[in-house]
Amino acid sequence: MKRWIKAPVFVLCLSPIFLLGWRALHNGLGANPIEFITHFTGDWTLRFLVIVLAITPLRKILRWPDLIRFRRMAGLFAFFYGCLHFLTYIWLDKFFDLSETWKDVIKRPFITAGFLAFVSMAPLAITSTAGWIRRLGGARWQMLHRLVYLSAIAGVVHYYWLVKSDVRWPLAYASAVGVLLVYRILMSRGLLGKLNSVGINRPARTSPDLYGRSGRPPVPDPLAPGRGGQRR
Amino acid sequence: MLIRQAPEIRYSEVTPKNAYLNRRRFLAAIATIGGGLTASARAATPFGAIVKSPLSTAETPTPYADVTSYNNYYEFGTSKEQPARYAKTLKTSPWTVSIEGAVAKPRKLDLDAVLKMAPMEERIYRHRCVEGWSIVVPWIGFSLNALIKQVEPTAKAKFVAFESLYDTQQMPMGRYAGIALPYVEGLRMDEAMHPLAMLCFGLYGEVLPNQNGAPIRLVVPWKYGFKSIKSIVKIRFADKMPPSTWNLSSAREYGFYSNVNPTVDHPRWSQATERRLGEFRKRPTLLFNGYGDQVASLYAGMDLRKNY
Repeated sequence: MKRWIKAPVFVLCLSPIFLLGWRALHNGLGANPIEFITHFTGDWTLRFLVIVLAITPLRKILRWPDLIRFRRMAGLFAFFYGCLHFLTYIWLDKFFDLSETWKDVIKRPFITAGFLAFVSMAPLAITSTAGWIRRLGGARWQMLHRLVYLSAIAGVVHYYWLVKSDVRWPLAYASAVGVLLVYRILMSRGLLGKLNSVGINRPARTSPDLYGRSGRPPVPDPLAPGRGGQRR
Repeated sequence: MLIRQAPEIRYSEVTPKNAYLNRRRFLAAIATIGGGLTASARAATPFGAIVKSPLSTAETPTPYADVTSYNNYYEFGTSKEQPARYAKTLKTSPWTVSIEGAVAKPRKLDLDAVLKMAPMEERIYRHRCVEGWSIVVPWIGFSLNALIKQVEPTAKAKFVAFESLYDTQQMPMGRYAGIALPYVEGLRMDEAMHPLAMLCFGLYGEVLPNQNGAPIRLVVPWKYGFKSIKSIVKIRFADKMPPSTWNLSSAREYGFYSNVNPTVDHPRWSQATERRLGEFRKRPTLLFNGYGDQVASLYAGMDLRKNY
């Protein structure tokens, strides 16, 4: 895959923001713009969480190992939209009243769940660099990054608890996250052997891009077998 | 000599003052909300002379465009924008309202007959949704008690139950509502007789748009919006507290009374503040939505925490 492909994908991931800006400039945010922005940024956080969880299965199913190059970007975009969502809440709903916010987080289960989903993304965003993968070591890094499962589950619960009666969308996200997590469980038990034998789990020099442009090879591949990283 | 009078300019043809003032305020903070209110041809109203009511608030009404594009009407979809899009299929004529139960004169009333029961008034009321947003609306209608007096409830009538139209042909989105339909609501008799409780047929000088509950709805300004049932087809007088839709859906979240109360939170969110559409900062919510002077006596001695 060509190196330049990352730039257009990056712009594509940003396109919801352009859309939001365009709507804001064209009276397209409805009668309650703040609510619109809150829901919009929350939706995109969940979508990117689903995308990031879909990358590993897709690279196997589509036999397209290079997809891994977009996983960090998708994850960081999930965090980016999560930050905007949280900012909308703490600014336009709470007006930076931290004690009120904290009361909300403790008292209201749907906000607790959303906060948990957001907070558990933060260490993943911080440790997404090549330097941190090296410092932690592949296995430990991968252990830590399993927090994304918690984030996705808490995010869906947050949405489900928010909705008053029509739970079709929350259930759609729940199904997507559910399928992606069940896939991992089956995978780890070796129940999807056929897919697993596609042969992309080799320690490979997959792509230097994944680990930055340092060019230093001894970066442990978080997907490589060994040290409990991958069970098979 | 023929003196021609200039036709009255309708509200919908004018951008209300607060629309541009509020919007400018909001503009500064986020982006722009412009857009003119489109003047559209509407049928002549059946209201005759409309009297301005002394019960009105002096607050500036929420722009017509917002009041008619941001609605909770689950029979036409569960998002705020959907009712304006899908309620076009609602057939508001012919329309009959069935008066039943503990009354001397049960009967089926044509909408026209209901419209003639009392002189029409414009009442500008605050309207507070249980979800934490609020609007100010110039409703057209008259006190519910005008109808109640004419149908002569018997001594057994302690409550009034209301039922909305539910026709899956006209309301195909209703199947996704997630709540039991037809929508039902109720009031205690003394609440229903209170002059503030209103039977409503129009807003902003015009017939109610379908998404706002045409052709006949309730407006109970001191209670959360969901008590103000839309598109009423049945009014039943009963001796027992009638069921209400959101209470059936989640009793611990939505009580029968559902009076606006900043100190009694919804289990999932605070009711202490609200966002008035068009405003940037949230404003504090008032007990009984600011109508405490008129209605607090209805609940004297009642624990409003228990009877939420």
